[in-house]
Amino acid sequence: MDYFFKILLMMLSAILVNNYVLAKFLGICPFLGVSKKLETATGMGMAVIFVMTLASLITYLVQYFILVPLGLGYMQTIAFILVIAALVQLVEMVIQKSSPALYQGLGVYLPLITTNCAVLGVALINISEKYTLIESVINGFGAAVGFTLAIVLFAGIREKFAVRQIPKPMQGFPLALISASLMSIAFMGFTGLV
Amino acid sequence: MKTNMRGVFLNGIFNENPIFRLVLGTCPTIAITTSLSNAFGMGAAATFVLVCSNAIIALIRDFIPSKVRIPAFVVIIAMFVTIVQLVMKAYLPDLDKSLGIFIPLIVVNCIILGRAEAFASKNSVRASIIDGIGMGAGFTIALIMMAAVRELVGNGTLMGNPVFGEGYQPALLFVLAPGGFLVFGLLMALINQVGLKRKRPVKPVEESSFKPPREATEKEDAR
Repeated sequence: MDYFFKILLMMLSAILVNNYVLAKFLGICPFLGVSKKLETATGMGMAVIFVMTLASLITYLVQYFILVPLGLGYMQTIAFILVIAALVQLVEMVIQKSSPALYQGLGVYLPLITTNCAVLGVALINISEKYTLIESVINGFGAAVGFTLAIVLFAGIREKFAVRQIPKPMQGFPLALISASLMSIAFMGFTGLV
Repeated sequence: MKTNMRGVFLNGIFNENPIFRLVLGTCPTIAITTSLSNAFGMGAAATFVLVCSNAIIALIRDFIPSKVRIPAFVVIIAMFVTIVQLVMKAYLPDLDKSLGIFIPLIVVNCIILGRAEAFASKNSVRASIIDGIGMGAGFTIALIMMAAVRELVGNGTLMGNPVFGEGYQPALLFVLAPGGFLVFGLLMALINQVGLKRKRPVKPVEESSFKPPREATEKEDAR
């Protein structure tokens, strides 16, 4: 039971307190790039949840069953990025074959995930924090849910910009960054929750 | 091949500044600009990777089949990042600690892959190296600008030296996450404002020297 609570707290912490986008600065490129519309943001979020959870699992296995026994710890970065790139390709092909509807929804966003630094970031953090297999997967899943939460909320805010008059130099990214800053302040309110 | 090297170099700093113009590589920009020394370290590391990977990719650009070019680029970039990672761990352990996870994450920095795809895979080795230096310099300058503001306001220091008197209460928020977004947004708005103002007086002769030759000729054609 204690273990269950520990896992639950860990997930909550990854979603709210240590939100990967707003507190750890990972995955900001897609956060800014794919958040102009609520619909696309949701699609991206779903794709990230899928890939990040799987990537946490597989990079853990690669690290402890291939790299460590062979004494290739220094190949970590290269191995992980290749695993993630291959995984994204694989997921794309599987989804395309098995569920065309889901592919329609996620398809465009899947290739973008390879360069989402949050995915590689989670994999590296899992190793450096010495999480177990279950903890790694939970952390990956929590981080991805946190990412989705942030990007969906942010897209909701940004959709409102379209109908407002904004001074010219502030249009586009500057205003988006400043609203991200305010969101980040709001998320700081969760500090101390866990 | 006739390429305007000066134009290629300055392009990375002004017209296509990776941070403020192209808005690439935002994660390290916001994450590590809490102090000036971090900004220098990150800028140097990224510039090294950028120059080396650009050079290698330009060298072998004719041998990479276009279907697998992205994985090939990623492996080349990851190799140089690993070199940086190991060198930094051995000789600069303090910097390595404060940059932390963002050193291995240079692999997924969109600037580097972006330049490999957009420039190095189409240009000569020399031009690609110059482009790497220019882009790296643009990246570093942007990092230094942000870090200077954040360290000064958020910590009251520059390069670790106190600037204000004893009575200064540092605005901690600027070193934390929200400050990163805020300073980035405000600086970008400022640069846009300067850009908008400078566009009004038309100075075609001076301006064309700041542009790569291709764009310059396009402009002349349009006229």
